[in-house]
Amino acid sequence: MAVKVMIPTPLRPFAGRQASVSVEAQTVGEGLDALTGQFADLRRHLYADGGRLRSFVNVYLNEEDVRNLQKDETPLRDGDTISIVPSIAGGRSR
Amino acid sequence: MLKLSEELVERIRAHAAQSYPYECCGAMLGTESSGARLVKELVMLDNQREDSPRNRFLVDPADVLRVERAARAQGLDLIGWYHSHPDAPPRPSDFDREHAWPWYSYVIVSVEAGVPRRMASWRLLDDRSRFDGEEIGSDLTAAC
Repeated sequence: MAVKVMIPTPLRPFAGRQASVSVEAQTVGEGLDALTGQFADLRRHLYADGGRLRSFVNVYLNEEDVRNLQKDETPLRDGDTISIVPSIAGGRSR
Repeated sequence: MLKLSEELVERIRAHAAQSYPYECCGAMLGTESSGARLVKELVMLDNQREDSPRNRFLVDPADVLRVERAARAQGLDLIGWYHSHPDAPPRPSDFDREHAWPWYSYVIVSVEAGVPRRMASWRLLDDRSRFDGEEIGSDLTAAC
């Protein structure tokens, strides 16, 4: 399936300065793999050590958080849009 | 450099004081040109971290999307975020670093016993190893 991955402004320098990248994939997980395969420097900002998506990084398929769908296994259809959206979190040392 | 008018600095400080002893948070909308960032508008947000709001803040993705759309509608960029550190210095914590992305400006204001004090802005390095300080272009902050 040909889908579009929307790149948030802070990560565009690591994705060829593009606002969106087209990838071929069957699932959301494959789509993100294709994206980071093309732009390896994105990985450290999306994934923590161990390969899990960072806790503050959220992935949407069209308008729906993939955590409410089938997560990485969520199937894609031609023309779908994957968006990477951060939660903003922080705070002082305990 | 991050350019913040005295009025916007005062609004951040007031938000931080009102929120004490909890952390406040908000978004900064503005423009970037030749490396200089000009903040034109603030969006004050609710800290959605209910379990430990004294030392944590959270802006959920729905609010992030709402703020991004508001910025675009005004021809602005979402250039960064501010939050407060109650009774702690305005330095990023390890928790801040683990939850940050490069490019954004992260403004932190310390609040001591309810009174806003020092303010600083930070940018995460591309390798995620640490933050670098970012000069705030406001005479007022130098006196804080």
